[in-house]
Amino acid sequence: MEQTAFRMEARGVSKIFGNHTALDAVEFGLLPGEVHALLGENGAGKSTLIKILTGAYQPDGGKILVDGEEVVLNSPLHAQSFGIGAVYQEVNLLPNRSVAENLFLGHQPTRFGLVDRRRMDREARVLLQRYGLGIDPSSELGTHSVAVQQIVAIARAVQLSGKVLILDEPTASLDRDEVQRLFEVVAGLKRDGLAIVFITHFLDQVFALADRVTILRNGKLIDTRRLDELTRTELVRKMLGKDIAFSGSTSLKTERPVTDVLIDYEGYGKKRSVHPFSLTIHKGEVIGVAGLLGSGRTEMARIMFGIDPADQGTATLNGRPVAIKTAVDAIKHGFGFCPEDRKADGIFGELSVRENIVIALQGKLGWFRALNRDEQLDLAGQFGEAMDIRAASLDMPVKLLSGGNQQKVILARWLATDPAFLILDEPTRGIDVGAHAEIVRTINRLRDDGMALVVISSELDEVVAYSSRIVVMRDREMVAELRGEDISPGVIVQAIATHGEKAA
Amino acid sequence: MTYFKKLALAASIATALSSSAMAADMTIGFSQIGSESGWRAAETSVTKQQAEKRGITLKFADAQQKQENQIKAIRGFIAQGVDAILVAPVVATGWDDVLTEAKEAKIPVILLDRGVDASQDLYLTSVASDQVKEGKVAGDWLVGAVKDKDCKVVELQGTVGSTPAINRKKGFEEAIAGHNNISIVRSQTGDFTRSKGKEVMEGFLKAENGGKGICAVYAHNDDMAVGAIQAIKDAGLKPGTDILVVSIDGVPDIFAAMVAGEANATVELTPNMAGPALDALAAYKKDGTVPPKFIITESKLYTPADNPQGEYDARKGLGY
Amino acid sequence: MNRLAFGRLVNTQTVALVGVLLLNWLLFPGFFKIEWQDGRLFGSLIDVLNRGAPVAILAIGMTAVIATKGVDLSVGAVMAMAGAVAATLVVAGYPTALAIVAALAVGLLCGLWNGILVALLDIQPIIATLVLMVAGRGIAQLITEGSIVTFSDPALIFIGTGSLFGFPMPVVIAFTLLVLVTLAVRKTAIGLFIEAVGVNRSAATLAGIRSRLLLIVVYALSGLCAAIAGLIVTADIHGADANNAGLWLELDAILAAVIGGTSLLGGRFSIAMSVVGALIIQAMNTGILVSGFPPEFNLVVKAGMITLILVIQSPFSSQFMNWLGRRNRGAAR
Repeated sequence: MEQTAFRMEARGVSKIFGNHTALDAVEFGLLPGEVHALLGENGAGKSTLIKILTGAYQPDGGKILVDGEEVVLNSPLHAQSFGIGAVYQEVNLLPNRSVAENLFLGHQPTRFGLVDRRRMDREARVLLQRYGLGIDPSSELGTHSVAVQQIVAIARAVQLSGKVLILDEPTASLDRDEVQRLFEVVAGLKRDGLAIVFITHFLDQVFALADRVTILRNGKLIDTRRLDELTRTELVRKMLGKDIAFSGSTSLKTERPVTDVLIDYEGYGKKRSVHPFSLTIHKGEVIGVAGLLGSGRTEMARIMFGIDPADQGTATLNGRPVAIKTAVDAIKHGFGFCPEDRKADGIFGELSVRENIVIALQGKLGWFRALNRDEQLDLAGQFGEAMDIRAASLDMPVKLLSGGNQQKVILARWLATDPAFLILDEPTRGIDVGAHAEIVRTINRLRDDGMALVVISSELDEVVAYSSRIVVMRDREMVAELRGEDISPGVIVQAIATHGEKAA
Repeated sequence: MTYFKKLALAASIATALSSSAMAADMTIGFSQIGSESGWRAAETSVTKQQAEKRGITLKFADAQQKQENQIKAIRGFIAQGVDAILVAPVVATGWDDVLTEAKEAKIPVILLDRGVDASQDLYLTSVASDQVKEGKVAGDWLVGAVKDKDCKVVELQGTVGSTPAINRKKGFEEAIAGHNNISIVRSQTGDFTRSKGKEVMEGFLKAENGGKGICAVYAHNDDMAVGAIQAIKDAGLKPGTDILVVSIDGVPDIFAAMVAGEANATVELTPNMAGPALDALAAYKKDGTVPPKFIITESKLYTPADNPQGEYDARKGLGY
Repeated sequence: MNRLAFGRLVNTQTVALVGVLLLNWLLFPGFFKIEWQDGRLFGSLIDVLNRGAPVAILAIGMTAVIATKGVDLSVGAVMAMAGAVAATLVVAGYPTALAIVAALAVGLLCGLWNGILVALLDIQPIIATLVLMVAGRGIAQLITEGSIVTFSDPALIFIGTGSLFGFPMPVVIAFTLLVLVTLAVRKTAIGLFIEAVGVNRSAATLAGIRSRLLLIVVYALSGLCAAIAGLIVTADIHGADANNAGLWLELDAILAAVIGGTSLLGGRFSIAMSVVGALIIQAMNTGILVSGFPPEFNLVVKAGMITLILVIQSPFSSQFMNWLGRRNRGAAR
């Protein structure tokens, strides 16, 4: 029986939130002694699946098996009793307690009802040595590096559970050496027969560490494969979706006649955020930005717009050097920015559609040149209509609108400022088909009207359709600039996947 | 600014105090609650004066309303081997341990102004006023002042539930008990503050036909009385004449009001708790005379006949 | 147009105020009696306005702060400080104008301090302003040395007890401030920006609003309002009472803003309604005074009334009223 070989298994697991299906009959099997990577873009269903496996969520359909026996996991603590433990990107241990206390918290060795501190430290020392950590168990956890804390968290999880270890982006805040150290620990646990789930955005790490990979997209299982049967390009293609026909499918449109340069970023970057990049943007041009989640796409946009000011390089606008240190600076120069997280950084939920539309223009006008109510209604009406915003009233709170209409409101907000340069970060994510089409239409229209745009998107077909050029980000670095015939999903996928050498 | 001048003065007093150590034959620790009211500030300065007058070195510790600070200060005094300790306790409970330590170190402790819930053999004596008597003296004055006339009294109580408010109310009611011509028609709390006293009096004046029905106001402290006087004036009446004003404490501003003919009587709560305390201590140190367990300070009545200007001048510099 | 303006005045706050006033009238029939006496209006209703003025002034600043998702706990202590500074200066013989300007400057500085802690150092408002709430009263006590600094400067006293057009000065000042601040936030973009920062500070910054500067200005306004309120209560009793001036009034001001419909989560605000909220609180206080209840009931009565008002305003009860309305219409059909 093949199933019995699985240490843990999810069979046909579904999860529904409201009318949104987060997981749709997903199959997931975990073998002992393997590192199993779980991949997918935002909203693919990774975290939902993890929460079901650790008992934080109950599935709405399907079942969970541990060692071939069906189980119901009521809570993470309950899952722990079945041998399932997890470690997250943010270490949730107690930084102001000792390493030993963190390792044994809740099940400290006791003597006469009191914590036997000496025995605890002794046992902790032995345990830590198995993980190659020679640190003092009585030292405060918070005094150690994130990597060490991460390993302590792993040691604790393994100690408590011991069959299945789920690592949710454990390497996100580690540097290269620290990652290496963590990998050695994970490899050791694998040899001990633990089944390990590994979630990360870094493909290099997947290929370095994992034996098998499961890919989710939009809540559905796309594939589970051995990694040695899979090329990077195939992997990226599966993650991003669409059956991308390779070669042959070059962009139909010819490169547009190059007009005046609007803005030129030269060696622009910020330490610990994005490697320096150089990018020249012309008027009437859409620069598509492709790359996986965590590749530095959003960071690049934030630097361009001055939210996180660059610490190196220069920006030249219309031939003149400019300093863009804050969003206010950027807006003064005629920039606009639709952020990726609409709810957290975009809309003012309680405020009206009208106020949401006029706010950026009002910000540009300053505190004392206030638009009166009639002017606001005019503007909101005009740009609301241009974006085809479906709202019962311009005075209703914007939070009552659908996601697509909210996105249109943010776009209308920037159009009202009459921008020369617009940065859109995932403008079409999570919105309905109609709004999606409207936004793509708008991007095309603005480009044709002579505006310069930078559009970040995971939708390759879409980016290919409207971009004049495409830059590809990987590991916080601009790795390729595609133009002309290279603007095709296949080339983009290859550029994202290619290891080492820059694709051209 | 006077503030800086006073600071400088305080500094020079401090030096004077420390230099008088040679002349003094006694060193005494004083743990004060804080400086939450003008009366408290006056008590502090009078205590310092009284100690200086007797050539005693006074070690002063301000507890800033915290019992743990007081206990810490007392332990400090014990460690320094002072000759006696004065305490104005911030709360009544929780003193047994530290008072026992003082007793074991054979350092007599005298309580000022407030009592404690501890065994009486843990302290030498307790110097305090009789709050019920204060109320009674105020009431007796009113009885004498109105004679047989009908008199409707409004009462400005202290903070609801506080011991002085309860006792001063009780004493006043005892004094007017047998006199059917005097009745308390309204009673509200003014929280011992001037502004609340004024606000409450405004309400009383409206409620009692513009104040025409009110014969006297009895305030549990002078601050509220000063506020009430302003309210009476704002209502177009003459305080002290149209409405009699009697209160308790004897702070400088009530004497100023008496000078202006706007207040009729106040019962002094003396800030000089240290004088009787130090006298008792001196007798005890000299020949072992054990003082009574409770020394009650005088509750002296002051009226405009008692040279209010002089009383005002005498109190002005005490920090009220 | 007139209908519209009138319609906007009928809301839960004004209804609650009228309700409390009517209740006072039931308990004390002379409540609405107003007389002309010594060139000024005189009566319980005037007392409500006059005594409510300091909290109303605090509420003007507090509302703007709360709308930015903040809170200013220091206003009571700032009142004490401003009063202490003004009183000490006039007693020392400085001109009244200088004393007033110095007191206002102290308030403004305190507000700037709070604003800098909140906006630049990103300290949570409740903690940032707690610093001055504790330290401010201590500083005020240092200035007055724990005693009530009594003064007789007629110009300073006029602020608290004088009258203009028959109305007590505190009422005139509060009303002027209400009009000025309302114009300043509604005739400029500041009101919109305050709401935007309160609803979503991150989005506001991305939309090009100088949210840090805005926060500093809002806290400075609150400090200034507190100083004005402090001058009034000091002038009213002809003395600076550092121990008691403004004590716990920050809580009344917060309550006034909340009764006025400003959410502690920031966003929509109405300064006028907060002032109504302050008057509701004062109407209850004055009502208790004239009704003759024993003082032991003061807090219970107040708490009960406030709970009632807040329940009536809660989203739950408006849903309930909607439901009731629909049901009645259905039944009538």
